[in-house]
Amino acid sequence: MHNFTPVPALIGGVLIGLAASLVLLTHGRRAGISGLWAGLFHPRARDRTFRASFLAGLVVAGLASRLFAPELLGQAQGGLGRMLVAGLLVGYGTQLGGGCTSGHGVCGISHFELRSVVATLTFILAGVLTVLALRALS
Amino acid sequence: MKGNLAALAAGALFALGLVISGMTRPEKVIGFLNVREWDASLALVMGGAIGVHAVLLRLIGRRSAPVFAPAFKPAPAELIGGRLLAGSTIFGIGWGLAGYCPGPAIVAAGGLNVKAVVFVAAMTVGMYVYRKLHAKP
Repeated sequence: MHNFTPVPALIGGVLIGLAASLVLLTHGRRAGISGLWAGLFHPRARDRTFRASFLAGLVVAGLASRLFAPELLGQAQGGLGRMLVAGLLVGYGTQLGGGCTSGHGVCGISHFELRSVVATLTFILAGVLTVLALRALS
Repeated sequence: MKGNLAALAAGALFALGLVISGMTRPEKVIGFLNVREWDASLALVMGGAIGVHAVLLRLIGRRSAPVFAPAFKPAPAELIGGRLLAGSTIFGIGWGLAGYCPGPAIVAAGGLNVKAVVFVAAMTVGMYVYRKLHAKP
């Protein structure tokens, strides 16, 4: 096991679970971030102010992290070209697959929905194989 | 107004969880996906989040309606097919390439990390491409 950080991982996970629960309690919906973000740019999306408010919370917290604990934001491996390709795949794939790590991985699995379990196992497997391939090539 | 403040607070709390758990650091995510030098942290992040949310959502579901909306949004249709599998595979490849999924990428982009900003911009284009290709008339 390498760089395992169980305590911050569990604390952070609990906060994420509380945040998803807060969204359900106050607005009756799932905190699926890819869907909320996509809807922000969709001409016919409803609840645009809800989406914008929740996502603004993410952005503001990111800015605060940059100001007070910049090391927690880290740095991706690879150049801007890789970020471009990865972003395109993530944007297209999450819409086709109906969710990402938050919508399927946290909310869907919490609802005990088989499709979210299948989706989560699928994107983890695809991610594992991609990392293996990248390491083999480099 | 109160509803929007609650949404803002929920977003900030979600981001705080991502930052504290290390999920805004792509190297932690890649460490989880790297089975040769495995870092299991991400599994505990998901486990903690699911443990809390699975219990609370059942308590919240006893209410007749959410606090700031007229009704709970119905669950999506239980369809497991080619779209779910292909979409999740494409997402997983992008996730493994960058170490970013949408939530942490938006948080890191808010923190003005240039790579995260490029990733989020490209992600938005990818969503637009999906809508153009699969738009319902």
